[in-house]
Amino acid sequence: MFPFSFEWLWDAGHIVFHGGLWYALNIIGIGMTYCIIKAVIDTSKGKGGHGHH
Amino acid sequence: MDTALIPKGVKRCPMWQFLLGLGIVGAVLLWGVYAMLLCWFKGLNQTNMNDYYGFALWIWADLAVIALGGGAFFSGLLRYIIGKDELKHIINYAVLIGFICYSSALLILAIDIGQPLRGWFIFWHANVHSMLTEVAFCLSCYFAVLTIEYIPLILENRQLDKVPFFHNLSHNMHEIMAVFAATGAFLSFFHQGSLGGVAGVLFGRPFAFREGLLIWPWTFFLFTWSAAAYGPCFTLLITWITEKVTRKKLVKDNVIELLAKISGWMIFTYTIAKICDTTRWANITAPGLGQNLADFYTGNAFYGYWILFAEIVLGGVVPAIILISAGLRKHPTWRVVAFFLGVMGVSLNRWVMVLQVMAVPILPFDTWALYYPSWQEVATTLLPVAYGIILIMISYRYLPIFPQEAELNPIEEETSTAVEAHTKSAPDLEPAKA
Repeated sequence: MFPFSFEWLWDAGHIVFHGGLWYALNIIGIGMTYCIIKAVIDTSKGKGGHGHH
Repeated sequence: MDTALIPKGVKRCPMWQFLLGLGIVGAVLLWGVYAMLLCWFKGLNQTNMNDYYGFALWIWADLAVIALGGGAFFSGLLRYIIGKDELKHIINYAVLIGFICYSSALLILAIDIGQPLRGWFIFWHANVHSMLTEVAFCLSCYFAVLTIEYIPLILENRQLDKVPFFHNLSHNMHEIMAVFAATGAFLSFFHQGSLGGVAGVLFGRPFAFREGLLIWPWTFFLFTWSAAAYGPCFTLLITWITEKVTRKKLVKDNVIELLAKISGWMIFTYTIAKICDTTRWANITAPGLGQNLADFYTGNAFYGYWILFAEIVLGGVVPAIILISAGLRKHPTWRVVAFFLGVMGVSLNRWVMVLQVMAVPILPFDTWALYYPSWQEVATTLLPVAYGIILIMISYRYLPIFPQEAELNPIEEETSTAVEAHTKSAPDLEPAKA
């Protein structure tokens, strides 16, 4: 799963498979981090009170 | 009792009725959980799987729910990427159904692998030469995407939405949902395809083997195509069932008809591709590997030519014609018949590509190996169905799943109060003059 794992090989199979996995995980992770941080900032600014959208 | 949690402007059944429903379905769920624990604690000897059937009922159920859950990624693609805005009225339900299907698929796999505590091995010690590794990666990631798509819906619960942080989080997630939807479509394309690819690369089994493009057999593309085609059919079928159970109109006809029409054209094009694939396979591929069509459909008590007919004609040609023909599509009964046949067709396709593949004899001294599931397999396959019904019941009761519900089912009391308030606020108004 990681390049430091003993079974890792720098071949096309590992790069394509794990590259795809980490690409997807990064998008999901960055997307959610952005949403959470922005929600914290918005909340601290007083946005999102009842009735606001 | 739970009125404060129920979305505004809609009516729900009394609490006792809700709990009674939960109790009945919960009994089936518990039966499944008992069978699941038997499989985990006593092992896979609880199943009727054997040397012929390393893949059996569970893998069929797995492939079927993944195909049927394809409605989520395809509706998301249509709504967020292609811009079919009308589908915003059904996308919540498509996401919920997708979430149920994919969590069910993962649950089934957790039972099937026998030792779920070692489930993480497929990520850590990945076999990069296996299509199933790619399926495991994409399935897990796409389940994460579906969870992300489902979370804003939970946060829109009447009480949770009052918490500013949850409100903001839900709002922000909606804002970038297109990114998640695109990621989901990317992941779905590959895992749906790879599930087909698993069968297509079996060069020792002429019933399943197909030629293809580069490393991908034709079944790779057919599986993705069929999931995109039939997934919306399942979403629409479950929507129809929900409307019958709740005795309410929940989604407007124009939304249903749009998704049905898109699904119809997808099924139509898929069926043409499937017929071409079957023709080539029957006349060139299989004979080239030493077997002919009769070898696959005769000489046994169950698998006959009827299954080929049921899959391609009843489950492909017929629903496609119904859904692409405007007159038939607008007719509620014909439309539901098409949804039902479509769901049956894609489920049958997955059955054939998992179980008939195992049944066909491939050696001269071999005979047909038929299989029937043990009760533990049946119970654990019904477990996700019960779980899905329970999650739909809870989500429908407490979350704003159907944005058009309040408009389509105005509550008498509120309507009359609103009319009264309107009349009182403008007593001097006169009718407009031309």
